[in-house]
Amino acid sequence: MVYVKRILLDVLKPHQPNALEFSQAIAKVGVDYCVHLIVLEVDENTETIQIEVTGSTIDFEAIQSTIKDLGGSLHSIDEVEVQSEIDPA
Amino acid sequence: MLGQIKFLLDITRSRDIVRRYFVVNGFDGALTMLGLIIGFIVSESDDLAVIFNVCLGAAIALGMSGLSSAYISESAERKHALDKLEQAMVSDLSDSAHGEASRRVPLLIALVNGLAPLLISFLILLPIWLSISGIVLPLSPLYAAIIVALLLLFLLGVFLGSIAGISWLRSGLQTLLVAMVTAVLIYLFAGH
Repeated sequence: MVYVKRILLDVLKPHQPNALEFSQAIAKVGVDYCVHLIVLEVDENTETIQIEVTGSTIDFEAIQSTIKDLGGSLHSIDEVEVQSEIDPA
Repeated sequence: MLGQIKFLLDITRSRDIVRRYFVVNGFDGALTMLGLIIGFIVSESDDLAVIFNVCLGAAIALGMSGLSSAYISESAERKHALDKLEQAMVSDLSDSAHGEASRRVPLLIALVNGLAPLLISFLILLPIWLSISGIVLPLSPLYAAIIVALLLLFLLGVFLGSIAGISWLRSGLQTLLVAMVTAVLIYLFAGH
């Protein structure tokens, strides 16, 4: 089984919810997610952010759905770290 | 539920709008009731049922006016804000929290705008209703209603003072002064 351990996303989002609320909402998607958010650029109505999520098994679809629910738009997946592990019998 | 309402108000930055609508229309309700009751006192009407029904009719009309006007104007404002955000994001936000907020926030603001004058009017009319129901009050129900109205106007001022971070007493007395001036004007113009 292949598990996603880390992803780095480039996202465009409205100013609200703010960076803290946005990262908290993404962290809530998993039980052990660690979210690192950097605001790269701020425009009149939007901001470009970089989100790094690390965890034991990252559910990318759920993260993407949360970003969309919050009004964000996923531009690109810039970095990925995956690992294959033997499934416990 | 409350958390979701708070979140929707935050992302649309509408908290201050809700507060403003509450105070402005609550003030409208209190002053209208005060004006009507003083008008009845000046015209020496003593039929409490008639007074109560006239005031209740005015309160309901104020409530409906607040509800519908706020809903129509806020729906247009929220739609405009969403369109602007969608243009900036170059994407459809109708399924996002912003889309949900543009549908629900106008309803919430409309409810506050409509219920504020209605509830405040009900509180002012309470002594009249109690008197009609056969409960004996220590003073005339019309004067008791005026005291309730003045108290509520004072409390609205106190609320505004706490928001502005200024003296609650000064702010409360300011709104009370407006009520006093209104009462004097009614006595001057309707008393003859």
